[in-house]
Amino acid sequence: MAMLDINGLSISFGGLHAVDDFNVTIEEGQLYGLIGPNGAGKTTVFNLLTGVYKPTEGVIRLNGQDITGKSTVEINRAGVARTFQNIRLFKEMPVLDNVKVGFHNQHQYSTLTGILRLPKYWKVEAEMNEKAIEILKVFDLDKEANTLAGNLPYGKQRKLEIARALATDPKLLLLDEPAAGMNPNETEELMQTIRFVRDHYKMTILLIEHDMKLVSGICEELTVLNFGRVLAQGPTAEVLKDPAVITAYLGE
Amino acid sequence: MNAAELIKKRKSRDLRSSLITYGIVVVFYIVVQTMVNTGHISSLMKGLLVPICVYVIAAVSLNLVVGISGELSLGHAGFMCLGAYASTFFTNVVGDGLPELPRFILAILIGACVAGFFGILIGIPVLRLKGDYLAIVTLAFGEIIKNLMNVIYAGVDDGGLHFATTDSGLKLGEGGKKIIKGALGISGTPKNSTFTIGIVLILITLFIVLNLINSRSGRAIMSTRDNRIAAESIGIPVTRFKLMAFSISAALAGVAGVLYAHNLATLTVKKFDYNTSILILVFVVLGGIGNIRGSMIAAVILTALPEMLRGLSNYRMLIYAIVLIVLMLFNWAPAARAFRSRILEKLPFGRRNAEKEES
Repeated sequence: MAMLDINGLSISFGGLHAVDDFNVTIEEGQLYGLIGPNGAGKTTVFNLLTGVYKPTEGVIRLNGQDITGKSTVEINRAGVARTFQNIRLFKEMPVLDNVKVGFHNQHQYSTLTGILRLPKYWKVEAEMNEKAIEILKVFDLDKEANTLAGNLPYGKQRKLEIARALATDPKLLLLDEPAAGMNPNETEELMQTIRFVRDHYKMTILLIEHDMKLVSGICEELTVLNFGRVLAQGPTAEVLKDPAVITAYLGE
Repeated sequence: MNAAELIKKRKSRDLRSSLITYGIVVVFYIVVQTMVNTGHISSLMKGLLVPICVYVIAAVSLNLVVGISGELSLGHAGFMCLGAYASTFFTNVVGDGLPELPRFILAILIGACVAGFFGILIGIPVLRLKGDYLAIVTLAFGEIIKNLMNVIYAGVDDGGLHFATTDSGLKLGEGGKKIIKGALGISGTPKNSTFTIGIVLILITLFIVLNLINSRSGRAIMSTRDNRIAAESIGIPVTRFKLMAFSISAALAGVAGVLYAHNLATLTVKKFDYNTSILILVFVVLGGIGNIRGSMIAAVILTALPEMLRGLSNYRMLIYAIVLIVLMLFNWAPAARAFRSRILEKLPFGRRNAEKEES
């Protein structure tokens, strides 16, 4: 069964068809890329997938389960986590806490337990700390555990967003331009991290990216969007050679 | 430094910070009690001790909404009013039926529950909305409660409780007792509030608020403050946690109201107006939004100050205004913050604050 199966997904804002009849099937463990010119509707697809917008038409299935039209919170609990194009961290909270909030639905104790500091509080907090450090280590952020997230340099903020998304223990991870604003070295490092995350956590990853080096380097399959419609779809190497894609997006 | 050490450092820092906050309250209590016992305190100041506790509890609880959950509430006095009226009504109905201490403890719980219940009632519709709607609704709520309490008449007789909106409308049976008398309020409440009870309630409030902040729910509340969309994306039900912060804050404001009401021979609604809500907000803003210890200290200083300056008669409000400005600069101006962090760095246990200032 496919991890993600989108069928005939459409949304219109007024008369504008931002996404029109979008279809995609992503298998478990795949690294899938979504590319296209600015304004093609890539982030809108993410917002539809995570329940920020409700689709006008179409069905989204996660591992066979219909998640169309559910709320963002429900969709996250079903196993979809994401990062944002414009970074959305909890800036006034330390790096460690940003990850620990992500554990909200994984490691639980009641509010009263927290206020009264019952034994369960200490046990679960210790678990959370251990797991959080494990995740932070993957992104080389463990040394900055006590830094306020807003004070991290840009590249590390992007990584922390992925770390926070991972903390929710998703099946499907959506990355919205993870390499935006990174220099070539950082991008290279990020590619390795994304691969590691996929292999180590057995994750299915769908990413939006403009950096063609990253896209051709790690994505196994691609979908190209243009004006809200699918322009091309298939294995990365083939799609990037497609004349229509070159004209619309890549340039000669 | 590796991550495990960092976490240990963070833990001891948090613990130390909480202990300093509790310590300030205890030291304040000891100093004031000594002054009272040795007669070094004017009777006017003595009369202010319970109100100081009231405002500290109100300020700390409001900071939970304004600083921690990032919503603006302009009706905190309304919740105090509910707590005050519900609890004094209870105290007067029970009368001598219960010994003093258990009756007062029950009154506190009732005040907290009633205020908290109204907090939930208002929060459910309003906190679903994004934006400053809470400020508008709480502003109206405070005024509505004030005006409602102004016209309510209530009493008790053998047939149970009776409510009316006019004096003559309230028909009580033989031996009935009128308790709430409209604009005249409630009189004859026993003065159960003491400075000691006030301090105990402050410590309980701090315990609840500080432990809440450093827990799973507290982090969820702060995440909704920092970024609502991101909080939803990681599975945090935003409305639920904003509601939790708001209703806990309302319940604690109710406790402040109980303490306040049981310190007065006659309780009227005059004190629970818009100005009081704003005054509490001033404590929070001047003490530092999200800074629990700061709002506590600001509440003490700004409540005691007008009394301490009484000797200056006409210049009193002038100096009060200057102190407000100085406090604001001290807490918010970048140069003052840098200066403060330099000073704190030199103190043995001020390091935590210094680190916080840097960020």
